[in-house]
Amino acid sequence: MSGAEIVVEALKREKVEVIFGILGGVVLPLFDVLYKKELRFILTRHEQAAAHMADGYARATGKVGVCVATSGPGATNLVTGIATAYMDSIPLVAITGQVATPLIGNDAFQEADTTGITRPITKYNYLVKDVEDLARTIREAFYLASSGRPGPVLIDLPVDVQKGETKYHYPEEIKIRTYKPTLIGHPLQIEKATALIKKSKQPVIYAGGGVILSNASSQLRKLAEITNIPVTMTLLGLGGFPGEHPLSLGMLGMHGTRYANYAVMESDLIIAIGARFDDRVTGKIETFAPNAKVIHIDIDPSAISKNVRVDIPIVGDAKNILEELIKKVKPLSLEDWHQKIKEWKSKYPLTYQDDHKLRPQYVVEQICRLTKGEAIITTEVGQNQMWAAQFYRYNRARTFLSSGGLGTMGYGFPAAIGAQVGCPDKVVFDIAGDGSFQMNIQELTTAVINHIPVKIAILNNRCLGMVRQWQELFYGKRYSYTDLGGGPDFVKVANAFGAKGIGVSKKSEVKPAIEKAMDEKKLPVVIDFRIEPEENVFPMVPAGASLNQMIGGLA
Amino acid sequence: MEEKQHIISVTVENRFGVLARIAGLFSARGFNIDSLSVAETEDPTVSQMTIGVRGNERILEQIIKQLNKLIDVIKVQDLTSSDHLERELILVKVNATNRANITKIVETFGSQVIDVGQKSVVIELVGDSHRIQMMLKLLRPFGIKEIIRTGKVGIRGEGEK
Ligand SMILES: Cc1ncc(C[n+]2csc(CCOP(=O)(O)OP(=O)(O)O)c2C)c(N)n1
Repeated sequence: MSGAEIVVEALKREKVEVIFGILGGVVLPLFDVLYKKELRFILTRHEQAAAHMADGYARATGKVGVCVATSGPGATNLVTGIATAYMDSIPLVAITGQVATPLIGNDAFQEADTTGITRPITKYNYLVKDVEDLARTIREAFYLASSGRPGPVLIDLPVDVQKGETKYHYPEEIKIRTYKPTLIGHPLQIEKATALIKKSKQPVIYAGGGVILSNASSQLRKLAEITNIPVTMTLLGLGGFPGEHPLSLGMLGMHGTRYANYAVMESDLIIAIGARFDDRVTGKIETFAPNAKVIHIDIDPSAISKNVRVDIPIVGDAKNILEELIKKVKPLSLEDWHQKIKEWKSKYPLTYQDDHKLRPQYVVEQICRLTKGEAIITTEVGQNQMWAAQFYRYNRARTFLSSGGLGTMGYGFPAAIGAQVGCPDKVVFDIAGDGSFQMNIQELTTAVINHIPVKIAILNNRCLGMVRQWQELFYGKRYSYTDLGGGPDFVKVANAFGAKGIGVSKKSEVKPAIEKAMDEKKLPVVIDFRIEPEENVFPMVPAGASLNQMIGGLA
Repeated sequence: MEEKQHIISVTVENRFGVLARIAGLFSARGFNIDSLSVAETEDPTVSQMTIGVRGNERILEQIIKQLNKLIDVIKVQDLTSSDHLERELILVKVNATNRANITKIVETFGSQVIDVGQKSVVIELVGDSHRIQMMLKLLRPFGIKEIIRTGKVGIRGEGEK
């Protein structure tokens, strides 16, 4: 069998349903095999989008996403997408073509040191120099990408290796002697955690993306319901615990709810699950939750005590550890604590000025209402991302897909395409900014040609809104290069690509537009919501301030 | 927190790219590697690295966790935290103006002159960092023209748990 045939056989063995990418000279042997159409291939218009599609597919389905690019510029175009997946621990396998092995290192045409470039943004990467190693490498790549703390793995595949011949043997077992992720939590640590929980008077659960990655949301729910402990989520944790649950505090952090941030700051115990105390979450680290003991459950030992001192680390898979904790914990009587939280909730609700103007928060609320909170929502980056996080209620895991760690503008639209490919029966909305959407707008073609009916809700403020907000608040309203100059006409753009376009400038048009978009089952729909341009995201913890020093957002 | 010199012994897969991964881990976090030595072990699939690095306990804990996280790393030990032996080999080229005195110092240290030239001599010295410091101090007045060091290697002693 040829190397290229081995790749396709191996991908079939790994139950890959779809590959996203663009071809070029050094992947021609592989594409000659893909020509047989044994695997679905979606031709994108930019490799960055291919990586984001694979990422969106992975986040929505829990499976490994796969993308392919040619050498040199194809591979470097994947970089942003790979880095995005790496920061959020998303399982991807990226396959890149490489120049023939005798040419490597000669500055050959379209040669780039792809493994060198991607080393710091992959969980692992391979340059396959011998076709004999190919099947085993693919097996290992899928295993590494999806096990332990997941992440992207890249396989760089020289053109002569794709053409090389060998006997195909797919190894059932993999032996990587250096790689043994800890899955089961240490019983003694679980015992200690149980004791701390029992003693606590003002505990909070702080749930991150790890809850979703380990499919532990039902266990998390049980833990919270048994103990009565309120739950706050990070951006990536949204959906890991039902947003409408009475114990939910919503999101914490820079644009979190006041009550979540106050609860964390006044807590005497933080139970962190698959979260990493990122600076957007903790605010000023020196003043963070001064009276709290910390239990930290994480599969990655290096995440523990990285940013804050942890009293009880429990290394392992969140789902396993929560199963054990559930067996041990007892109901707590936290009436005073809940009373306090209730007061915060009624005093500082998450609100906005709901007047006659077209405001982005209203748009997001309406999308939530009309999709019954059951759509998959992807976001771009900026204000749109925060409004999508604040005003949509996520009740299920894998329904909120956003670039949290890297904050990649241009992520949401291709991620929505990937999610829709993985979940054809779901309604998928990209809640977008006009700036971000233009970063991967070319993928409208991909969506039209492949009949992918994603909906793009542009919260169009004609500016790079989040940056403009910082200029308004912290740079004396000196709006340096954040005005996007008004264009383009997104409805016309959508039509030119063969997609549907709907323009909305009045509040009364919001509902019909969303309904119309939801009725469309074949084509992508762009809704251009021309919102109030100066709307800001509140509340907000200014960078460097303590988590409870929030500004704005008061009713 | 107090900064200290640490010697970390890292056992790794003997593959291309591994050194780059380890070096990248340090550089990406702004940690400087003070000394580094790498070679194949008895088992040709395994290499042994000894890395000298300065830092406080917190930084060191992170470095060790991050090293352990690398797929190619088999084992990481902070030798400084326990009984260990360390050695470094250095070659020193010294002005040969006062050969008799140089020879005396070299003999006291039980080391050797390995090359004798018209203008300079080359001395080889093996020892721990203390011993090497001492000898360099004594040689400095003669005029050191060049020093080449292998970087430290270390091993755990028997008094180990
Ligand atoms: C690729 C990339 N470039 C730049 C930034 C910096 N940045 C963060 S938010 C933002 C503005 C985003 O504007 P838009 O997409 O219109 O969203 P809005 O904030 O207006 O909702 C920018 C430029 C980024 N996050 N990603």
